[in-house]
This record gives sequence, structure tokens and C-alpha cells, in this order.
Amino acid sequence: MSLLEASRVTKRFGGLVAVNNVDFTIPEKSIVSLIGPNGAGKTTFFNIIAGIYDPTAGEIDFHGRRVIARPKRAWLEPILWVLPALLVAIVTIGFGIEGRSDGSIILGLALTVLALMVVLLIGVARPPKYQRFLVRLGIFKSARPNDMVVTGLGRTFQNIRLFQNMTAMENVLVGMHTKLGSTWIDAILSTPRDRREETAARVKARELLALVGLRGRDDQLAKNLPYGDQRRLEVARALGSEPVLLLLDEPTAGMNPRETQQLTSLISRLRSELGLTILLIEHDMRVVMGISDRVTVLDHGEKIAEGTPDEVRRNPKVIEAYLGTPPAEAPETESPGTAVAGTTGPVVEGSES
Amino acid sequence: MTASRPPSAPTPRQNSLRVLLNQLRDASDSHRSLTIVVAMAITTALMYVLPGLPPLSIVQGSNIWYDSFANAGVFVLLAMGLNVVIGMAGLLDLGYAAFFAIGAYAYAYSNSPFSHTDLPFIPMLFVGAAVAGIFGILLGAPTLRLRGDYLAIMTLGFGEIVPIVFLNLDKFTQGTNGIGGIYRPEPLPGLGAFSPSSPFNYFIVMVVIVTITMILLYRLQDSRIGRAWNAIREDELAAAANGINTVTTKLLAFSLGATTSGLAGVFNASKLTIVSPDQFLFTVSFTVLAMVILGGMGNIWGVAVGAFVVYNIQVVFLKSINGIIETLGIPAFDLGPVHVNLAKVPFSDYQYLLYGVALVLMMLLRPEGLFPNQRRRQELHIAEEFDEGEQGEITGAMGAAPGAAGDAGGTL
Amino acid sequence: MTSLASPAAPARPIARGLRFGGIAIAAIVLYTVALWLALPIFSPLTSAQAFPVAIQQTVNALSIGAIYALIALGYTMVYGIIELINFAHGDVFMIGAFVSVIFIGGIMGQTGPVENIPLLVVLIGGALLFTMPIIGLLNVSIERLVYRPLRNAPRLAPLITAIGVSFILQNVALVVAGSGDRSAPQVFPLGWHLELGGASISVLSIFIFVLALTLMIGLQVFISRTRLGRAMRATAQDREAASLMGVDQNQTIALTFLLGGMLAAAAGLIWGLRFGYVRQDLGFNSGLKAFTSAVLGGIGNITGAAIGGFVIGFIENFASSLGFSRWSEFLVFMVLTLVLIFKPSGLFGHATGDRA
Repeated sequence: MSLLEASRVTKRFGGLVAVNNVDFTIPEKSIVSLIGPNGAGKTTFFNIIAGIYDPTAGEIDFHGRRVIARPKRAWLEPILWVLPALLVAIVTIGFGIEGRSDGSIILGLALTVLALMVVLLIGVARPPKYQRFLVRLGIFKSARPNDMVVTGLGRTFQNIRLFQNMTAMENVLVGMHTKLGSTWIDAILSTPRDRREETAARVKARELLALVGLRGRDDQLAKNLPYGDQRRLEVARALGSEPVLLLLDEPTAGMNPRETQQLTSLISRLRSELGLTILLIEHDMRVVMGISDRVTVLDHGEKIAEGTPDEVRRNPKVIEAYLGTPPAEAPETESPGTAVAGTTGPVVEGSES
Repeated sequence: MTASRPPSAPTPRQNSLRVLLNQLRDASDSHRSLTIVVAMAITTALMYVLPGLPPLSIVQGSNIWYDSFANAGVFVLLAMGLNVVIGMAGLLDLGYAAFFAIGAYAYAYSNSPFSHTDLPFIPMLFVGAAVAGIFGILLGAPTLRLRGDYLAIMTLGFGEIVPIVFLNLDKFTQGTNGIGGIYRPEPLPGLGAFSPSSPFNYFIVMVVIVTITMILLYRLQDSRIGRAWNAIREDELAAAANGINTVTTKLLAFSLGATTSGLAGVFNASKLTIVSPDQFLFTVSFTVLAMVILGGMGNIWGVAVGAFVVYNIQVVFLKSINGIIETLGIPAFDLGPVHVNLAKVPFSDYQYLLYGVALVLMMLLRPEGLFPNQRRRQELHIAEEFDEGEQGEITGAMGAAPGAAGDAGGTL
Repeated sequence: MTSLASPAAPARPIARGLRFGGIAIAAIVLYTVALWLALPIFSPLTSAQAFPVAIQQTVNALSIGAIYALIALGYTMVYGIIELINFAHGDVFMIGAFVSVIFIGGIMGQTGPVENIPLLVVLIGGALLFTMPIIGLLNVSIERLVYRPLRNAPRLAPLITAIGVSFILQNVALVVAGSGDRSAPQVFPLGWHLELGGASISVLSIFIFVLALTLMIGLQVFISRTRLGRAMRATAQDREAASLMGVDQNQTIALTFLLGGMLAAAAGLIWGLRFGYVRQDLGFNSGLKAFTSAVLGGIGNITGAAIGGFVIGFIENFASSLGFSRWSEFLVFMVLTLVLIFKPSGLFGHATGDRA
């Protein structure tokens, strides 16, 4: 059963088609990779799954439930918000017209204000019941990044986006935000439940840090960690929300071979020990070929190949996408033994992949 | 950028002093609430005793000092509340006085001859604060998803129209005259209401309110929600990618700030016994903003001290400075062709000019404020460590990453 | 539509200009009709009496709209180029009003209407030539001293600083000129009228409209057809790329502030001529409305700001014609709220990418 099913996903930025009609499924507990030359649309596709972009067309289902698609009738929502308050206003103020005492007007206003506030709070917090209600009305709003986390997605970023001025522990605790239930009221009252939860959270955070190989670094500021450790911290943070699907965007970029090897085995363990499903964007073919169950190749926003690492490696279209028209020149690569070599090594920050 | 030379070895005495300070800091961190209560108790004792002694006794009498302290406390409360919005969550609220007004008018409705009601003081503190908080939600919910600049404008507009609404709805608010004759608080039944000749009662009530508020705010800062605010401030997109609903989290900060402002409003109305629209103009919002910036954004006790100091400078010293100069006997002098007599310069009139200059200089030279929060200082100066070329990678310490297209494109 | 950050100099500008003008005239006529219908409902005027009043009010709306449009252009240009809401811009307008009063009243010694047309031309032309460069330079200095050091700072820093500058400007005016209204010599005679359909239209209003329109067209031409204008557009679209192409960032940004300041100065002169008074909180009040205009039109979009200015002017005029002038700020704020909730990119702007 697929964890994630994307159908005909398309993303247009003005005149530029970044992703074109891509079908993509991710089977449970698999490790799949997404590769392709720079500018192929990989990160854009990633960002669509992660809820950062709304697709221009196409849908994505997670655990069989539609989570991402082009928004429908989104303009209706603000109108929906105003309606209850308007009704309350009309009813309370309108009916008070005979014998319109000041008191009744104030009461009517107060009720209107309260109604508006309640509706706005629901509209902003977007609990699942509310989202289902919207769907019944034909209003669909694509999941936002934080919704996707609640759904079970975790991700890392191509350019590291840690909270630089927070410690490693704090970064992971933020990652655990959705799993911690204490509200601000618990916080200000400093209830026993709040304190228990905080202590337990720290224990769990330490475990996650140890899992990725950062044991004992709790109180180091993220920006003071060496590059490789920062990448690992990002993984630990993403694991904090106990995701079922982990999206890793070029996790080994900028790493030396030894660090790459360590991260690769970590990814493998995440699947074998924690039962995670993993989607990987990578340029380092050793990682891709070594660890993936399945590889998908994008070029110019379109899927040009998909299959086992061996199948993809031998696919002529893929070779052409990376190297240009055959006959291929001797590929410049630091990784021996791969027939497909594109850019290896660190990708220039900020480029579209 | 963390390169630094290793410090030279400290002397034994420096060592033990440092150890002691660290122990103190750790103790205060783990027993925060106790530290606050103790610190406030000491401060209150000082505030009780010092007005009776020179030099404070020269400037004005003890009773007037207590009155000033109580009024300063209002601004301390306001500054701590605005600090939650600007300092903790990184949102620029320029209409803070609007919530102050809402709390004040709420109390005025509940306790004046104009409205023929007389509700007890302590519950009204909560009710007024809650009403202001509700309006915080009403304003915040639709606007907090906008970028920081737009939010600033919306709050500015809101801060403008709230006094206008109070001014125009004169059937309910008596327009420019405002609502006067507000009943003074009678916190404990049977003891009688506060009298105008004993500001000390107001002073004590304010001390209690400030202490409790401080304790609650510190708890918030160290909690899950405080971390979420930090995360949003550092990198809003990454925060969302980790499950934080940025809109509701920001909304919480915004409405808690509004609530605190409303609380201050209730107290202020009960003390001044009159509310009118011109008490809540932009100058008030600006003053509180200046206090937060000068005191140190993100630092709770920093903004409290900053507010207290700024208020006293503004209200007490600027007014009396001419008198002080004369008493000290500073003579007039000539600066080139200009004859300068400091005793005659109307410093009070220039106060907002001074604020403006102070604010601009602060933002240019020391944006983390006088009592910086360590974390904020690092955030604010990180930008200076990058060249023009890397400008696109900088994530804002306040507000979302400036719309740079990084790896994720659009803003949140 | 010309914006700072989109392809400019559209093809066949004259044809487009004519079509644009046609739409504008239609809108103005519609407004007059709407007022004509609404006036009898909200005031004791009869339908017949309302017609000339409606025409006069329409003309009023055009002149106040012109003022807002000129100020809005400054906001929108600066935002388009460095993504900063220059809170101090409204106060720059206010200082411009004061400076033009200093010129006309102080330097030229005028106190009242001047019937002598050549002298009038000299006065107004001179006021423009005097005030515009001064205020332009003021704006440039503010940018240089205060905003430039903070160009790479977190977004809130320059915003807060701009507020500080705004306060400084207001209070300098307060200290120098005192609080309360100061009279501005209305040298353009208010008595000059044209008769049209029973209404007497003040020539001053027409002059204001024409002056503002000329300045706006001038700006449009400058931005779309000159090398410096092109540099401005490039910088607004992609600052890094523009500088890689050899565009001097600092110069371009300074130019933007210069132009914005000059337009604000003209608006200040117009205000003095039209309303006869200047006051230190002028900038604060008008600034908010002008900024709303810029947002309404699509921040960063020049044509949008101009149109937005007129729209806001019309809204305000509608409210005050019908006796609701106390609520005009409230109305403008509501407009701002609705625009930002439903279409933050404004009428002509690009999507800002904010997601609900």
C-alpha cells in the first residue's frame, strides 16, 4: 500500500513550468530517490509535497487521504468567516429595534464580537473537523507545511535551515513541537503535567541526538556545530515529530566520503529500525545507487525514468540528460564505477534542483 | 563565524567570582519565580524608602513619588506586554495603545456614573484584559498571515481608528469629554475605596500585578510556546516545516500582548478616574515601542527597567530639570553667537524629539537595547557578518526570511 | 500597467493612454452620478440642488486624490526598490508643505491671493523649483544616514527606525513652528471659477489636477524611457542581478528617494494652496491614507499608486459629502483591511506569495 501517491502534479510559475505532469508513488517503508540535473524540478516537487507550494494541477494523497491539490474556491473562506458574525449581528441588534435600549445594542455587539472571534480562531487554527467541513462545501485548501507535519511528514532542507541561535537540544525540541501537548496555559501555570512533559521531552530529544551521532552536544549552539553535524542535527530535528515519511533534500551535500558513509548508514537504519519511509533528493550517486529501492529521474520537470538503481543507470535517456548526447566523454567524477555522473559534490547554494 | 582567540587564563580570584556568579545565575534560572519575587520585594522596599531621602526628596514629596511609581508601573506593564509581541514573537505592533484604550474604556463602562454601573475591581481587571485580548484576536487572525511590514501598517491603522471610534460614538463614550468620575477601586469590600490622597495603595497593587505578570511571562518564555516564538523569529519557514502553526502561534503572542495592554488600561482608568480618546494616541504606542527597544527587545526585566527609567525621565526629570539646573547653579553660557541658558530650555517640549533620536540611534548602533538578551544580540548582529553578496541567505531575526528565493521560494 | 518591477514602456503608449483616459473619464462621470443620487438621501438638498454640488465635490475629490496619489508614488517606489515601508514619507510631505509656505510667505512675502498671472506663475513655479530639490535632498539624506546602514539588517530594524525618523520630523516641525495650524498663503485665487452645468468649478482644483497629472506622466516617462529609470526598474526586480549588470545600487536607490521626495514636495505645495494651512501632524494623517492608496493599487506599481490615490480621495470625498467626514479615516482603514485580506497584491500588483 502506498504511503504517498502523487498524480499528474504540475507546477507553473508564471510562464515557467517547473514540474510537468509527474506521477509518483512511494511504497511504505521504502527508500526512494529523486535525481536529475540541476533545474530539473526536484526541489520544487519536494516543496509541493511538503506543502510549501500549491500545485497548479494534480493531487497528492497521503495514506489514501487527499492532502494536496490545487485550491478550490479559496476566496469563499473569508466570506464564510464573516457570515456567522453578520447573522448574530442582524439577529441581536435587529430584534432589539423596538425598545432599542443601549443595553441591548451593547449586548448585541458583544455577541457579534464573540461570534466573530470564535469563527476566526477556528478558521486560523484549521482543526481537521473544520477542514472536512470546508471540503463538504467544495472549498479545498491545500495542506500547509505544518499540516503536513501533523499528517506524518518530516523534512530537511537543501541549504541547512537550523535555528542557528538555539542549541541542538532546543532545535530538536522544536522539532517535537507537534508531539508535545502542553499549551500556553499549562506553561504559565507550570502544571505538573507541563513539567513532566518537558522532562520527558528532553530525554527523548537526547535519544534522537544520540541516534544521529550527536550525543553530548545538547547545549551547543547550532551555528557552532561543524557542517556535517549540522546536517545530522537537521535530521534529528525532523525526526522529532515522529514522522512516517521523511523527505531529505541533498542530505550529504558538502560532506566528505566518511561522513557520507555514516549518513547513508543512518538513513538505512532509520528505515530498518524505525520503520520510516524515506524520499531522498541526492546528487551523490554512490548514496543513490547504494541505498535506494527505487530511483526516479526528473529532467525539465518531467519524469524520464523510474526503476531500480541498475535499470536507471543503464537507461539511455538518463545518460543523455546528464551527459548530453552520446558518445559520452569521460565523465568527471570523484565516484568510480558509476555510469551516470552528473554533478557530484556540493551544489551551489540556492540553485534550483 | 565563531573564530576567537582562546581567553588568557583567569586569576584564581576571577575564577571564584565567576563561579559564584554562574552559581547565582543557575540558581536563579532554576528557581525563577522565587528570584522574581525576591527581586521585586527588594525593589519595592527601595521604592518605599528612597523617596524619603535626598536627592529624591528634593525633587518631589514621597506621596508624589509613589504616585509616579504607580504610573510608571502602567508603562512597565505595557512594555512587558509589547515585548511579548515584538521581542518574543518578532511582530511589529504599532497600534498598541488601541488595546490600552479598550481596557480603559471597558473599566470606565463598568464603574462610572455615566453607565450607572459599579462592578468590583479585581474581576474587572480580568474582564478588561480579556476584552482587549479578544480584540487582539479579531485584529490578529486575519492580518498575522501577512508580511511584517503589512502587519505594522494594519496595527498602525487600528491604533488610529480605535480612538476615533471612541471619539465619534459619543452616545456611548461622551466623545472628546470622555468618561469621567470613574469609581476608584475597592478591592476588598468593607475597606473602602482608594482615595486620591493615598497613592500608596495603587502603588502596592501595581507591584503585585507586575510581579505576577513577570512570573507568568518568564514561564512562557521558557516553555514550548516560547521556543516556537524563537523559531518563528529565526526562520519562519523552518518553523512551519517543523509543525508549528505560525499563524496561531503569532496570534497567541499578539493577543497576550493585547491582554496585558488591556490590563494596564483597566488599572490606569481606575487611577486617573477619567478616560478620553486623546489619552490613547499614537504617541503612547510610540513611547512604549521606544521603551521596549531601549530596554532590550526580548529581555523581560530589561524592558521593565527600561520602561521605568524612561517614564521617570519623561515625567519627572524632564519636568523638573530646569529647577534642578537652577538649584545646582549651572550658569548660562555662550556657545559662539548663541546664548544658552540650560535652566530655560523647555526640555519637556522636546521629549518626543529626543525619543525619536534615541530610537534611531539605538537601531543604528545597538538594536539589542541597553539590557540585551544574549540570543537577540547574536541574531541582530549576525546580519553584519555577511557581505552584500550573501544577503539573500539571511533569515530575519525579526520576522520571516526576507522574500529571498532560497530553496523554498515563496514566503509564508 | 507600469510597475517598477515589470516590463515597461508598453507598445503604442498613446493608444493605451487614450483608452486609459476613457476609462478614467467614465469612472469620474459615474462618481458624479452616484453622488448626485446619494446626496438627496443623506442631506436636505433636492435633486436639482444636488447636481451642481455633486459636480463640485467630484472636482474636490480629484484634487485631494491628486495629493494622495503624489504621496503614494513615493511610498510605492521606495517599497518597490528596497521593500521598505518608509513611514517617514508622510512627514516628508508635511515638511514640504512647510517649506513651500516658507518660500511663498516668507521669502516671497505673499500673504493672499495673487491675481497677476505672470506673478502667480513665478510664485508657483518658483515654489516648486525651491521646494522640490530641498525635500528631495532631505529624503536622500534620510536614506543615506538612516536606511542605508540598515539595508542588510533584519526586516524590522529599518521599519522601527523609519518610525523614529517620522517622529523626529514631526517634532522638529513642532518645535520650530509650534503646534496648531499655521496659515499658508493661498496665492492661487480661490475665487476663480468656471461655470459648468450650474456648478462653479474652482480653477485651482483643475490646476492641481493638471499639475499632478503632469508630474505623474513625467515620472512614468522617466521610469520607462530613460537609462536611470531602467536602472530603477532593474533594481526593483532583482537587486543582485542589477548590480551585477553594473547598476550602482546606492545611486539608484538615492534617485528613487529623490524622486519620491520631489513628488511629496509638490503635494505639500498643493496642500498649502488648497487648504490654506499647514500643521505638524499633516504627514501622519495623510501618510496613512496615501499608503493605503499605494497598497490598494498594488505596492511597487506606479500606475497603481496613482490610481489608488484617486480612489482613496474619492472614497474620502464621498463620505464627507454625505456628512460622514468623521468616519473617513475609519472607511479608509476598512478599505485597507479588505484589500489586505482579500487581495494583498492590490489591484495591479504581483502576488506577494503570502499563503493563508
